Amino acid sequence: MTIVQYDGSFEGLLSAIFEVYEYKIKQASIAVEEGTYSLFGSLHRVQTDTTKAERVLKTLEQKLSKTALSQLHKTFLSELPAMENHILHYVQYVISSRKPVENDYSHPDVLFLQQTSRKVHREKHRMEAFVRFSLTKDGLYYSIIQPDFNVLPLIAKHFKDRYADQCWLIYDTRRKYGLYYDKNEVSEVQMEFAANMQDKEQLLTLHHEQEELYQRLWQQYFSSVNIAARKNMKLHIRHMPKRYWRFLTEKKPAIRLADDHGRPMQL
Amino acid sequence: MKSGIEEKLAILADAAKYDVSCASSGSNRKNENKGLGTTGSGICHAYTEDGRCVSLLKILLTNHCIYDCAYCVSRRSNGIKRAAFTVKEVVDLTINFYRRNYIEGLFLSSGIFSNADYTMERLVLIAKKLRTEHRFNGYIHLKTIPGASDELIKQAGLYADRLSINVEMPTEQSLALLAPDKKREDMIKPMRFLQSAIRQNLDEKKTLKHAPTFVPAGQSTQMVIGATPETDLQILGVANAFYKKMELKRVYYSGYVPISNDNRLPAIGTPVPMIRENRLYQADWLMRFYQFRVEEIVSPEDPLLDIEIDPKLSWALRNLDQFPIDINKADYRMLLRIPGVGIESAKKINAARKFNRLGWEHLRKIGVSISRARYFIHCDKEFERRDLQPHQVRQLILSQTQSKYKPNFSTQLNIF
Repeated sequence: MTIVQYDGSFEGLLSAIFEVYEYKIKQASIAVEEGTYSLFGSLHRVQTDTTKAERVLKTLEQKLSKTALSQLHKTFLSELPAMENHILHYVQYVISSRKPVENDYSHPDVLFLQQTSRKVHREKHRMEAFVRFSLTKDGLYYSIIQPDFNVLPLIAKHFKDRYADQCWLIYDTRRKYGLYYDKNEVSEVQMEFAANMQDKEQLLTLHHEQEELYQRLWQQYFSSVNIAARKNMKLHIRHMPKRYWRFLTEKKPAIRLADDHGRPMQL
Repeated sequence: MKSGIEEKLAILADAAKYDVSCASSGSNRKNENKGLGTTGSGICHAYTEDGRCVSLLKILLTNHCIYDCAYCVSRRSNGIKRAAFTVKEVVDLTINFYRRNYIEGLFLSSGIFSNADYTMERLVLIAKKLRTEHRFNGYIHLKTIPGASDELIKQAGLYADRLSINVEMPTEQSLALLAPDKKREDMIKPMRFLQSAIRQNLDEKKTLKHAPTFVPAGQSTQMVIGATPETDLQILGVANAFYKKMELKRVYYSGYVPISNDNRLPAIGTPVPMIRENRLYQADWLMRFYQFRVEEIVSPEDPLLDIEIDPKLSWALRNLDQFPIDINKADYRMLLRIPGVGIESAKKINAARKFNRLGWEHLRKIGVSISRARYFIHCDKEFERRDLQPHQVRQLILSQTQSKYKPNFSTQLNIF
């Protein structure tokens, strides 16, 4: 077996696939650098190469529908262990078959891509739902997330289209990068957060004067629409898994308003 | 101490929550003016502790009401706190919740104060302000107030994505019993008016590129279930007529939550008929997505849905002569009818069998619930059912599956 190492980028993975063909590597196993080391078998390092990546992509575009290509990309964004090898075997199956095989769910890698991309898609959809913006004094709507999969590249368009007239920032603290929109373009940003960033006092100086009011109103709304006679926590948790709660305004401890801070309450 | 706005929100969200509709899909507003918002396939931004989706800011403009409908928490004779939002308050709440990604839009309903047109005018004004002054392209669902003029309803249609009128009770008799001031005709008339206006708009759109958008997500309605003695045959019959004759997009079934000591209604403390409600939605899905006709689901001989098993399994057991079917050959319509096979699985089976003969392992990986499906299908000549009778299959399936409702069966059955 030959371990084929790449830099962890999508282009890098496509370059690696290219080189598996170029060097006729049998029994290749693709992995991110400094990941798996094997005492057995040899090592092949791949330099990410745009030309090689594009050639693989071109071939795939001829063989696959848009849906299948997007499934492949989403599988990559899942960051699941061994997803590279599923993608490699999928590509080999697609390229070696004369007729389109992307719907052959009896093939293990086709099914893996279909099912993994669905998980990633579900997480994308969840983030479109669970992002909660807070407004700062400077007029920036910011949100912090920690999605299970690397879905920022997938949600950019949705937020750009929807919030076209406001500046916003969505930051993935697990992967340490974010998306910033300046009312024109979305760009990738990296930043350092002060350790006390989430402290109540810090937030009060950072936030727009009505931010806490609207968070409180949202909490009020969330508890008012619940029908106690129909309580079903199992269903509640299935739809809103606990790991997301700390980022959700409505699941945070109740915000206490004005009386404590002497702020105006009117809209 | 609560602020004025906070208390209003508590009262007017609480009063609106018995309207179960939360759909925010079916419309496709692009944010072309670089304003605020889009609509698309609909997003549930949160889920309440009762497990229901929160997609829209669902509030009443006011809970003052001139009517005295027994099933309604805002009825005139109920001694509750009353409140009313101003137009500006509703607009500000909607915009500020939307900008924080809390909601997909606004679902605005209202108690009826002074008269129908006066109330409707205010609902329309709020939608108009959102669309024109705030360039809001999010979802707007307005309640059509029974008795409002055609002209106002038409205006509402120009700003709203969806309009709805609740028929409230499955039959005219129940409505007469519980809401003597209301007439079914007052609800049906505006539905008919909207149906023809929507059709006319679709025709215009074919010829005129820039014809205005008119209620793009269509109409819906809601029936209260379990407050009155109607059978599922009657309820699904009414729903079917709404889908077929009125072209409604959705019919909602709302299990009655006891809120009154009125002796015309189930007493406070009676359990909400949640399983029955769930079975009705399953039946509704069979009609809308699984190509079932209503007569196949309920009949004068079997006017009630089976509480223990879902309506699709129930149909299959009544029609065992049509099974087992060959998973590698049966047409798509029949795949949809196999218990344990959903739409997604049916599509995958349909696609995958072109490449390979499918066996049990393929089906399991595709996501078919084998513990149910095995009594109704065969692949590679293998077939599980042998010569089992319907009641035996039923027992086998029930013994293998844990119904999430099982603890409720004994108490729930009493109320039907």
